[in-house]
Amino acid sequence: MTLTMFTVASIAVLVSMALSMTRALVGPTVFDRILAVNVTGTLTVVLISVYGFLTDRPDFLDIGLLYALINFIGTIAVTKYVKFQDLGHPLDGPDEGDV
Amino acid sequence: MSDLLNTMIGPLVLADWLSWFCIASGSFFAIVGAFGIVRLPDVFSRMHGAGIVDTLGIMLILVGLMFQADEAIVVIKLGLILLFIFFTSPTTTFALARAAIHGGVTPGPTADELEEAQKNKEATSSKT
Repeated sequence: MTLTMFTVASIAVLVSMALSMTRALVGPTVFDRILAVNVTGTLTVVLISVYGFLTDRPDFLDIGLLYALINFIGTIAVTKYVKFQDLGHPLDGPDEGDV
Repeated sequence: MSDLLNTMIGPLVLADWLSWFCIASGSFFAIVGAFGIVRLPDVFSRMHGAGIVDTLGIMLILVGLMFQADEAIVVIKLGLILLFIFFTSPTTTFALARAAIHGGVTPGPTADELEEAQKNKEATSSKT
């Protein structure tokens, strides 16, 4: 019965990942794509955790935690690159502020 | 389905049912939020759908998984993932919204602007 529960959760997560990847492919602006990829990355963390429970190996949670960290850093880096065309200082001067 | 589940604080009555409830509602909200990302009209309203996926969907699923853990370290790791998503999701949304405003994406009309447009439309239609 618990396996059914985890299967339901992973199917729901996979469906939401497919929907948000649709937005990432279609999305008119680059910000739509960043948002959709960020949501897909966050859902990946849950998928990894649920898969760990599904195969009875909770060690997968370490990988999920790492994925959450990398996903955040990656999204912020891409957002900053799109906004300033630079990962270092903003082009408009230091008064412009950071992301 | 067993009514007793061995959790880290001993056998807990109905923990399995609670876990079912959390995971089922979390899955529901994840799908609803993903539909919001696909269906809503512009970036800023799509962030609302992303927020639903990040908070209600994912957090409910992770809390539901916490009920199934039989060691303390598993609960701690799930709690760390929860805490991290709790702090990073609003940060990402804020940075993205600022970058979108900076990048020239205009938010949709406000309620006042919509009302004014409606009045103008009525005025022109009454003239003709």
